[in-house]
Amino acid sequence: MSKIKLLVLQALVAVVAVGLWYVLTTFPIFGVMVLPPFFFSNPVDVAGRIVKWFYEGTIWRHLWVTLIEAVLAFVIGSVGGVLIGFWFARKPVVAAVFDPYVKMVNALPRVVLAPIFTLWLGLGIWSKVALGVTLVFFIVFFNVYQGVKEVSPTVLANARMLGMSERQLMRHVYWPSALSWMFSSLHTSVGFAVVGAVVGEYLGSAAGLGYIIQQAEGVFDVAGVFAGMFVLAAFVIVIDLLVSAIEKRLLVWRPEAAETRA
Amino acid sequence: MPANVTATAQRNAQATSAVALAGVDVAFRLADGGSYKAIERATLEVADGEFVAIVGPTGCGKSTLLNIAAGLIGPSAGRVDIFGAQLNTLNRQAGYLFQADALFPWKTAIENVAIGLETTGTPQQEARERAQGWLVRVGLGSFGDRYPHMLSGGQRKRVGLAQVLIRDPKILLMDEPFGPLDAQTRQIMGNQLLDLWSADRKAVMFVTHDLEEAIALSDRVVIMSAGPAARIIGDWRVPLARPRDIAEVKLDSAFHGLHREIWQVLKSEVLKGYAQTGGG
Repeated sequence: MSKIKLLVLQALVAVVAVGLWYVLTTFPIFGVMVLPPFFFSNPVDVAGRIVKWFYEGTIWRHLWVTLIEAVLAFVIGSVGGVLIGFWFARKPVVAAVFDPYVKMVNALPRVVLAPIFTLWLGLGIWSKVALGVTLVFFIVFFNVYQGVKEVSPTVLANARMLGMSERQLMRHVYWPSALSWMFSSLHTSVGFAVVGAVVGEYLGSAAGLGYIIQQAEGVFDVAGVFAGMFVLAAFVIVIDLLVSAIEKRLLVWRPEAAETRA
Repeated sequence: MPANVTATAQRNAQATSAVALAGVDVAFRLADGGSYKAIERATLEVADGEFVAIVGPTGCGKSTLLNIAAGLIGPSAGRVDIFGAQLNTLNRQAGYLFQADALFPWKTAIENVAIGLETTGTPQQEARERAQGWLVRVGLGSFGDRYPHMLSGGQRKRVGLAQVLIRDPKILLMDEPFGPLDAQTRQIMGNQLLDLWSADRKAVMFVTHDLEEAIALSDRVVIMSAGPAARIIGDWRVPLARPRDIAEVKLDSAFHGLHREIWQVLKSEVLKGYAQTGGG
């Protein structure tokens, strides 16, 4: 399929969906409004709200707060995941001892931690960062662990025959392998950093996209809720594009077929 | 006194050998607690500058023999001497060209070649320059900035060869290095290997399952029996003059005579190995 045709078809999906939404919320069919505007708002109101936010500039502060929280969660979670992942992979005894606890914590739905983080860290950005970190950490941790464990034995033997010391093995073999696994999960971990930030904001905060949506919901402002969701979706797409660009630069050495996402 | 004299004579004999395996057993412990004997009482000497091919059926432990010589695994009995000194750790004098892809996929061709020098403290700039020289020598001068996945199988093998040779090892261990390549490429690579080898005559242990390749390349052909507990069951000198061209040497009548002679021995082992692996 050509690129233009694909774009047209993709746009068509949006046009049809929004069109249906508009028709069903605006024109009664056989005297019945299929989607009552009170619950579903309508595209015109939502678009108007989004334009107003950007025109008045009130949205920027919230976007900025969410972005900062997501970036901090991502960075802290990744650094922690890389360090601990490396440590566990190189020290099987440590990994074996902590294994049940890692599984236990990972099985915990992170939402239940949000109130605790709010108690500990207050309503500012750090409670949201902490929530994001608990999500990002485990993804990065498992991938780095896997990456160090799954270095090809032949490559490892070759490295040793080429005279690499333990430190050089780290730098030239384990580290690049672990990084490649980490980057292959970059989309997921960045996505979870945003999720952590937004959910945290939704549960209690004074700024951010989650806060906007929560505030709108509190006063039955459905248009505001939808507008918040659309801004959030666009925000995630922009970040995802950025991640793709970074990934493309960092993983030039990987064959196309091994890419997890195009 | 006579015993002492014999020991000295032995040591002198070993001193001239690049690799000397004496009564080497290799056993692997299995997951179920038992053990699997891969190699039994292997005794083999490779003189300095000698090109020895090791031929045997699939799964007979040829690679294991190389791993022993490389010091990647230790023998469960017997001893391994490298230039007269017993090998207890990794063999620092050996370069190893593995059967499977062993290049670092995250390094470009030139980085892959240069790394062998950088590990020993050669400054990066100098290592790069010498690596470029080696890439030219293996015919890949303009491929330095390619990553392994962008190279063909034959090109990857040549990068691997440069990666090993740049360290100037005294012993070269090669494990079916041309295995996955097509017939023409094998021939070209074989000639290229002989050219590079004749420049400074390293001791070579060259594992292959291709008897023709073995005779065409080497000074000596060693035959192993089918595993488990594979033994060395034959050792032939190759009476072909050097320098050789692999395609031409295969037309020589001495080549055919030797091939027939060795194949008599090898055939039954190949059939045994075939039956054991179920034709896989």
